[in-house]
Amino acid sequence: MSDDAHVNGNTNTNGVPAPRGNAGEAIAQRRGMFGARNGGDTSGYGGLVRTVRMPAGSSRPYGGYFDEVADELEGALEEQGLAPESAIERTVVDRNELTFHIAREHLKVVARTLRDDPALRFELCTGVSGVHNPEDTGRELHAVYHLRSLTHGRLIRLEVSAPDADPHVPSIVEVYPTNDWHERETYDFFGLIFDGHPALTRIMMPDDWQGFPQRKDYPLGGIPVEYKGAQIPAPDQRRSYS
Amino acid sequence: MSATETPPHATRAAEARETTEGTVYTVTGGDWDEIAQAAVDRADDEKIIVNMGPQHPSTHGVLRLILEIDGETVTEARAGIGYLHTGIEKNLEYRTWTQGTTFVTRMDYLTPFFNEAAYCLGVEKLLGITDDVPDRASIIRVLLMEINRLSSHFVAIATGGMELGATTVMIYGFRDREHCLDIFELITGLRMNHAFIRPGGLAQDLPPGAIDALREFVKKMRKNLPEYDKLCTHNPVFRGRLKDVGYLDLAGCLALGATGPILRSAGLPHDLRKTDPYCGYENYDFEVPTTDTCDSFGRFLLRLEEMRQSLRIVEQCIERLEPGPVMVADKKIAWPAQLALGPDGLGNSLDHIKNIMGTSMEALIHHFKLVTEGFRVPAGQVYTAVESPKGELGVHMVSDGGTRPFRVHFRDPSFTNLQSMAAMCEGGMLADVIVAVASIDPVMGGVDR
Repeated sequence: MSDDAHVNGNTNTNGVPAPRGNAGEAIAQRRGMFGARNGGDTSGYGGLVRTVRMPAGSSRPYGGYFDEVADELEGALEEQGLAPESAIERTVVDRNELTFHIAREHLKVVARTLRDDPALRFELCTGVSGVHNPEDTGRELHAVYHLRSLTHGRLIRLEVSAPDADPHVPSIVEVYPTNDWHERETYDFFGLIFDGHPALTRIMMPDDWQGFPQRKDYPLGGIPVEYKGAQIPAPDQRRSYS
Repeated sequence: MSATETPPHATRAAEARETTEGTVYTVTGGDWDEIAQAAVDRADDEKIIVNMGPQHPSTHGVLRLILEIDGETVTEARAGIGYLHTGIEKNLEYRTWTQGTTFVTRMDYLTPFFNEAAYCLGVEKLLGITDDVPDRASIIRVLLMEINRLSSHFVAIATGGMELGATTVMIYGFRDREHCLDIFELITGLRMNHAFIRPGGLAQDLPPGAIDALREFVKKMRKNLPEYDKLCTHNPVFRGRLKDVGYLDLAGCLALGATGPILRSAGLPHDLRKTDPYCGYENYDFEVPTTDTCDSFGRFLLRLEEMRQSLRIVEQCIERLEPGPVMVADKKIAWPAQLALGPDGLGNSLDHIKNIMGTSMEALIHHFKLVTEGFRVPAGQVYTAVESPKGELGVHMVSDGGTRPFRVHFRDPSFTNLQSMAAMCEGGMLADVIVAVASIDPVMGGVDR
């Protein structure tokens, strides 16, 4: 593991948790405990507030091959007349992984550059994964891509976000045909519309399904079961630790 | 009917000649020229769309293939998936990090240890304890994964053979898989769905007698593996059915994201165990076989060779095993009880229950907190990948700092590889679709999750 401290994390070796700092990007707040929502919580934990902070943007040097990748990408984007700072919103290095947060309108150019530039040459895209965070206003939906360079033995992550009100992200099927099914899957589960996809239809759920199951506001749909005389609530209705 | 008049569809009468033993007829069969002419005259733009599956013995579970065929030639092929979607990724968001292994092991049900390992490596990376996992745990993980690679390849070869009508191959494959499952049962208590690899290490240590059973297993496999060579590799029928079928070259593989044996059959020795080692794979001596035939036969040969390499790794694991812990020392993460196999299955050891119920209240609280609440994982996201028998099995995992995953996404190799079905099958013969799909070795539990 790298030595850089994680937000909320425990990275020291003597067993004492690291102090919770204000570093990182606040994306949500969790309140209370045990999942009590309507005043029924008499545990005293009802007033707890925990801010969820994702690792913040990093500054150079990023370490390892990350600097080289960032330099090459910025240079290659400039060559195409695209200011790197307008395409790359943020660069995060966390847990030895490099993440570029890309402005969604520039995703296709960035992906093509990463694939075609000989010094970058990320030939293999391992698909797209969606993340839904309803509390991150204006950036509720995320599409996360992992790109692998077999030539250079590298792995990076691209992340783009879209608001719930305008869930559009450009499709990169043209650049990475493997993303055909992956984008359909992410559309199916999150309702992210990949503009330019050749046939964006549902892939896992039935064609006439309503709603997008992996969104956080979509219920798990469990049913309570009786076990040894007691009613056991569905997993999403049970007490939980927030 | 008069003798001069021939009815329109009458066939020519068989020729007859008289011999000393009576009349001998020379039967020449129907008039094939007429049938061939009729077929030519018929409108030949008539294409048929055939639904193969979702319930079909040759589609490896509930896969639906939609084939547009012109005679025996497949002009377009599409796959319909989703029939085995069980919402495992969604379910994971409602369980603790430790409970997650119970779900992920059921995804690609032929490679349970790879699913568990990929998931646990992700959790460990999020926790920042990758280096704290004891050596013994990593070695046993490697050991189990490599035996699992054997069992998965056995099924791939067995079902592939069965679909060609080679039932002996099927019997042999399942026979040898059974030996692998016996080892799993001995070590984990279960033949499938083990949930044995846990965040931080393993559920428990090897049982007594495991090493002897493993040595016996390796010996048996060394004896059995050449049988596949004798049965298939030099069998002209088998070669004829597999050679040049399901062709996908390197550019196609990379564009479609195909990994595993498909990519290596195109000549690229890409194996995450070598390029991006995990669980200490850099310390093992093994080779990554490749072929440059790009076809189903090459993939078959690769699977055979990979099994031999896996056996080498298993042997090295047995040699390396040293006594020691199999779970991280951090009591805030490690499962509080030493699990033991009781008459009703795997559970908390009686000693532990005696301790928490009778002597130490703090231990009881600790046990209760860790089992019901689980541990908290610092916020962030990671991507970990392992080389499963089918290719790159990747996990994208996001934590919000809570006791449950915020999002877990599995990049299952079967899902991605199955996309290449169209590229492999279009323009080929209908019967070759079966061979091509078998060479992809998709497992629908992993495809649909």
